[in-house]
Amino acid sequence: MSTVTIDAKNLHYTPLNQRIRQEVEKGAKEIVINNVLGQRFIGDGLRGDGVTITVNGVPGGDLAMFMSGPTIIVHGNADHAPGNTMDKGMVVIHGSAGDAVAHSMGGGRIYVRDNIGYRGGIHMKRYLEKRPVLVVGGSARAFLGESMAGGIIIVLGLNGARPFAEQGVGSGIHGGEIFVRGPVDDLCLGNGSRQAPVTDEQKEMIRPIIEDFARSFGIDPASLLASEYTRIAATSARPFASKYT
Amino acid sequence: MSIGSIPLRYKVSIDPEQCMLCGRCVDNCSYGVYRMEGDKIRINSRNCVACHRCTAFCPRDAISIHEKPTDYRSHPVWTRKIRENIFNQAKTGKIILAGMGNALPWPMIFDRLVLDACQVTNPSIDPLREPMELRTYLGKKPASLTLLESKKGDVELLTKLTPNLQIETPIMIGHMSYGAISLPAQQALARAVSRTGTFMGTGEGGLHESLYPYQKNIIVQVASGRFGVDINYLERGAAIEIKIGQGAKPGIGGHLPGEKICADVACTRMIPEGSDAISPTPHHDIYSIEDLKQLVRSLKEATEWKKPVFVKIAAVHNVAAIAAGVARSSADAVVIDGFRGGTGAAPVVFRDHVGIPIEAAIASVDAKLRSQGIRNEVSVIASGGIRQSADVAKIICLGADAVYIGTAALVAMGCRVCGTCNRGVCAWGIATQKPELTQRLDPETNAVQVENLIHGWTLELAELMGAAGINSIESLRGNRDRLRGYMLDEGLLNVLDVKTIGA
Repeated sequence: MSTVTIDAKNLHYTPLNQRIRQEVEKGAKEIVINNVLGQRFIGDGLRGDGVTITVNGVPGGDLAMFMSGPTIIVHGNADHAPGNTMDKGMVVIHGSAGDAVAHSMGGGRIYVRDNIGYRGGIHMKRYLEKRPVLVVGGSARAFLGESMAGGIIIVLGLNGARPFAEQGVGSGIHGGEIFVRGPVDDLCLGNGSRQAPVTDEQKEMIRPIIEDFARSFGIDPASLLASEYTRIAATSARPFASKYT
Repeated sequence: MSIGSIPLRYKVSIDPEQCMLCGRCVDNCSYGVYRMEGDKIRINSRNCVACHRCTAFCPRDAISIHEKPTDYRSHPVWTRKIRENIFNQAKTGKIILAGMGNALPWPMIFDRLVLDACQVTNPSIDPLREPMELRTYLGKKPASLTLLESKKGDVELLTKLTPNLQIETPIMIGHMSYGAISLPAQQALARAVSRTGTFMGTGEGGLHESLYPYQKNIIVQVASGRFGVDINYLERGAAIEIKIGQGAKPGIGGHLPGEKICADVACTRMIPEGSDAISPTPHHDIYSIEDLKQLVRSLKEATEWKKPVFVKIAAVHNVAAIAAGVARSSADAVVIDGFRGGTGAAPVVFRDHVGIPIEAAIASVDAKLRSQGIRNEVSVIASGGIRQSADVAKIICLGADAVYIGTAALVAMGCRVCGTCNRGVCAWGIATQKPELTQRLDPETNAVQVENLIHGWTLELAELMGAAGINSIESLRGNRDRLRGYMLDEGLLNVLDVKTIGA
């Protein structure tokens, strides 16, 4: 299968997305977009199982929003909310990403090699076999996993970064799990979340995810797998049940 | 010393001369008022919410329900409700929830506005004889048109038009989610709107597959919880509505309690069964008016710019300036939800005290958009407290393009406005997910009732327009000269831009 190359230089996001859709409809499985510079919404609402889109440059906000199927690999940083309300597929970012990464994501995977901004994984949710996964290689800012309703977040704190050193982790969480490599200060925990060391069973569950993440970035997973993890989850699936009369 | 029991809200009695012990009241009451003991029906009046399900199905009219059989010491400041709320919170220490819309006796602006009719100087129009144009297009209108005339004389339109929704009557049904109301209730509304050429909203509960046949008449909602939202859902909708706020509870999110998340609701919302569905207070990808533009455009981009995108905001103090911001966000319509808007559940303190009436909100939004020369950029939809066709006519005169109704459509299906939607045991099968209750609704019968209501209001609207010498809804829109204020103060008359009666 030949690779389709698109030059995004001076191209507005709407014609860029139209072009991507056309190529996917024509059957392209490998699409490379060069000279991406801030175009928002790349892959927005795009379907296409088995399609891989390589983004060379810095995409704008809401990358892969509502996306259902394709894989997007970014060689660069990503802006605000990559994977926003994403349904299926994968986003691999060889760099850092902005705030609200994986916002309301309902399925698929997002791997960020470096750091993410505030509110990562906010309101991620799960339904049956659809279980979204966000893995962050470096660190996350405050309010990670806020209002989280389902899915998995893993923060590895690689390259000397602390996974996070800020407040509000899992604030209002009522489903899903946050795994952090190393210990977590209780002061960082948000309203409604609690922490516990990871059990062997839980470690086994996240092992293939960590291996896949490491493979995606050519990292040796051995030290990651040997580390201790902390699991942060909800104190209750009904955090507000006692608030009202 | 405990507070003890508070006085009965309703006293239920059965006339033994009339009662034939058929037990229909026992079967129909979902609040536990009645029980059969041998050959007697026992009554626990304390459980009654006055939903009238029992009286509606008593074959002998044997049941009487009296409100407030025991008076409190009357007091203009410390009303019954105020005292009972204090008792409740003294016992529980919690936030008080309730259903339906604003329950305080605020003055009703609609009822202080009168409509006009022709006499002598210009003739009224008989809708039986003349065509009345009630069709409305919702969405952006171009500020100007560019036309190209060929040598042959053919004219070509060069301006690219944006998608609009065509509605045959300016009455739509607002967003009530599957979860807040039952599936048969949604199915009835869907049938009604598809037959009357209008639209309904899904609310933030996803689109159940049994509604797919009616999707051409359904506006899908994207709210802060993003429940049920994926690309299939967005593509099915005739339009997409971003819900920023709701008139019944401006500024806060929503919590659908786990008890209402049955398997089917869970499937439609795409969340686990039995967990709370929590819609955050803000959209966490919208922290500014610039971010709103980004969400509007992301929805358009996802659906290839084929669908109008609406933005719904609650009517709050600065609603006009906010609507002007929305109009610049690429949105196609702004929905203004007034403080009388209903809800499945809201804190009473919000429902009753936060926000402003729809009449003042629409008038100021329309005026602001016109003053900035951007009224054509968005349609304006009024929602929250539209009770009758006269309200529709008046709010259109104040500048709305169309209305959303909610409670009125539920009343057409049997709802008696008992205000206990939040408890999830609606005896009418509307605001509940219990199968034994939801099966009380028949989508077809109830669709006909809602259809009749829309039809009746549409006829009345045509008559009102004809009497005023107007044959097109376009000429009614923003036509404040057709309104006069009756005992409204000068400040409010200025906001409404309406003259007083006699002027």
